[in-house]
Amino acid sequence: MLDPPTAETPLSGVTVLDLSQGIAGGYCTKLLADHGADVIKIEPPCGDAQRAAPPFHRDDAHPEKSGSFLHLNTNKRSVTLDVASRAGRKIVPALAEQAAVVVESFAPAESEPLGLSYASLSERRPDLVIVSITGFGRSGPYRDLKTSEIVTYAMGGPMHATGLPDREPMKLGENVLQYHAGACAASAAMIALWKAEMTGEGDHVELSQFRAQAANQDRRTTMLVGYQYTGEDNLRKIGSSVPGTGVRICGDGYVHFMAGEGKIADVARMMGQPELLDDPRFATATARARPTASDEFDEHLLPFTLQYSKRELFQLAQANLIPSGPLYDSSDLVGDPVFEQRGMWEKVTHPAAGPLTQVGRPFIMHGSPRRPMRPAPLLGEHTAEVLCGRLGLASEELAALRREGVV
Amino acid sequence: MALPLEGIRVLDLTIVWAGPHATMLLADWGAEVIRIESTQVMQPNTRGRLAHPPPDLPRLRKDWGFAYPDWEPGENSWNRYPIFQSHARNKKSMTVDMLRPEGRDVAYDLFRTADIFIENNVPSTIEKLGLTYEELRKVRPDLIAVRMPAYGLDGPYKHYRSFGVQVESTAGHTLVRGYPDEDYSTIDQTYLGDGAAGASGAFAAVMALRHRMRTGKGQMVECSLGENFVPYLGESIMDWTMNGRVHSTLGNRRPDGAPQGAYPCAGDDNWVALSVTSDREWAGLCEAMGAPELRRDPRFSSVLARFKHHDALDERIAEWSSGLSASEAAAALQTHGVPAGPVLRDSEMYADPQLAHDGFFKRFEHADAGTHDYPGLMWMMDRTPNDLRTPPVRLGEHNDYVYGELLAYPAERRAALERDGHIGTRYAAHIP
Repeated sequence: MLDPPTAETPLSGVTVLDLSQGIAGGYCTKLLADHGADVIKIEPPCGDAQRAAPPFHRDDAHPEKSGSFLHLNTNKRSVTLDVASRAGRKIVPALAEQAAVVVESFAPAESEPLGLSYASLSERRPDLVIVSITGFGRSGPYRDLKTSEIVTYAMGGPMHATGLPDREPMKLGENVLQYHAGACAASAAMIALWKAEMTGEGDHVELSQFRAQAANQDRRTTMLVGYQYTGEDNLRKIGSSVPGTGVRICGDGYVHFMAGEGKIADVARMMGQPELLDDPRFATATARARPTASDEFDEHLLPFTLQYSKRELFQLAQANLIPSGPLYDSSDLVGDPVFEQRGMWEKVTHPAAGPLTQVGRPFIMHGSPRRPMRPAPLLGEHTAEVLCGRLGLASEELAALRREGVV
Repeated sequence: MALPLEGIRVLDLTIVWAGPHATMLLADWGAEVIRIESTQVMQPNTRGRLAHPPPDLPRLRKDWGFAYPDWEPGENSWNRYPIFQSHARNKKSMTVDMLRPEGRDVAYDLFRTADIFIENNVPSTIEKLGLTYEELRKVRPDLIAVRMPAYGLDGPYKHYRSFGVQVESTAGHTLVRGYPDEDYSTIDQTYLGDGAAGASGAFAAVMALRHRMRTGKGQMVECSLGENFVPYLGESIMDWTMNGRVHSTLGNRRPDGAPQGAYPCAGDDNWVALSVTSDREWAGLCEAMGAPELRRDPRFSSVLARFKHHDALDERIAEWSSGLSASEAAAALQTHGVPAGPVLRDSEMYADPQLAHDGFFKRFEHADAGTHDYPGLMWMMDRTPNDLRTPPVRLGEHNDYVYGELLAYPAERRAALERDGHIGTRYAAHIP
């Protein structure tokens, strides 16, 4: 059906200079590296902050064994460099000149003094794309504020409407917002790169994590529009009030169903009790909108769900056309034969952490080949290769930089 | 100045949030996005759950998914539905019933002119409509198709249906978020899985454009919503594959820094969120609270110690924050170098000074919904001035443009298509 993939990867010939640290920038450049860009990651001589982030391989808090770093930095090269040093201030623009895209996540007040302004970097490369990932923006009243996963969700996301009414608002799990900022930054980088390659004109992309949440296509923008439409803030509520909709317990865990207005008959059919829809309590949309309707329906639904495992119930619900998903943990997910068969996981061998099973790909481009995954680089693994091979630094010069602690 | 994607035509058969987010990003940056819609079929949760909802239902439910203007579905409810109105700016809409042969002919004519096709339907729908990549490349050999099924285009889960919230369950998110001491059913609605797939869909589409420019070849991209979300949980996956450890929810806390949480502030339901990620920020928190003695308290002397005594620390912080407004508390913390911010309500977002500085919200007068301020662009490009251009698109608003200009159909053919319910601006009366 499909043509065989071409020899070109989607980002063949694209060099990315990655000056970012942490998750958002790291995930942005991972997406670029995993699709064929040559990503040169500049790390401070002590290493990217993410090298100190848990979890660690066998709980050994070693800078080469952070699972977070190993996950975020596949297919990249690592160069150590003190970007604030005199030599660093020469080397970074020289590397930028050879790159198509520069990604940075410095605090806005820091990036200009480091010589990282678009004006100076684009002088010799008018088609250069710079992507600045910030907390709140490169200008404006919040420019110098610090953010974190929870703070970004608190200010930008619908956190005020997440959780129970009588308890504190709740963040999302782990570090997902920082990943999302990275994914959005990759989209932005790609659109700017397309413009640069088509017109010869570069650009400076500003992706603030705050704004990426405020504009996000989940409940966030819908709730903002809803507030405009009704004049009422969205508040935290107790679960879903729609019968048959939401998380329900089953034999070995939980399954999430989305019945909604059109699907309630499918749920009754799955339960083998289609006559429930004749019950006046559930027969009309208005009846089902009563606050107690969901609990009343559960009296019938839960005895059914408890008979099944989450995978069984997932399959049963899907066979009855009910949007649904099992509440998987990572062992369930990695152990699910369907995802395994689809090639979700890749095996790499890392010099320090040994054989690893990692997430392989976010999506499949059927016309472009995937290269075998290279594990995350060791700290400074490619310093000589890049600085001497690419920039033409003599080996004595590199040795001198090493003595000075610059690399 | 031209926008980067000007001249790229995207045919959009997307529903709910994930696909529409991808096409929104492309439309925002200049692509001509044409939604292919049908007046004969109501796609779930896209232009509404129902075409003709009982007028009293939204006000009874008062649910964000029913937040029509003034809680009233109104005459053309499908042009007033908040989920749709949140993404449909800068897009065009045409209608055709592709389930009938003459409708499919229209679609194929349109595909001849398209660069990119994006959809996120159940795969069986696309097969039923004859819109598989195999079929479409016959009419447009270098077409780029971005297909976004819930779990994939092959295997036992191929035709499975999930919204973003269930996709997150399957990808492992639901079990690592929420209150550690409450049932998982208490937070049953988060949808980052949709936003995530949208970002990837746009990213992949433009990569495929670049690939086409360099090789002359189109391709199909398969972006499973579930699979796409898994990398967002990399730490959780790596802990399992490296250490055999399964993560559970930490609530508002984090494993590598303490304290972190949302703390009550003066007034009703006001909160400040804060994170301490280093010893310096810990010192800053103690100073901001005017409680230097906490720094000498052995219970709080290290990250591990603070994590162990998190409850006691939370009580101290809550005592302090309760006397301040959320913005006062956040300002005091930021002044001392601690990441912090108020937990903003929707109304407070509209009053936010940074978003105002950015010109984030854009006022539109909409023929069916009235005049309102809409959330704006996700990011900025310094050398490409940009803003929202057109309000959320109404059903069939561009039928004249598509049938008249783009396809240049003669008047008789257009009249027949209109008579037969292909061309229209209202859902058929038989749709509930």
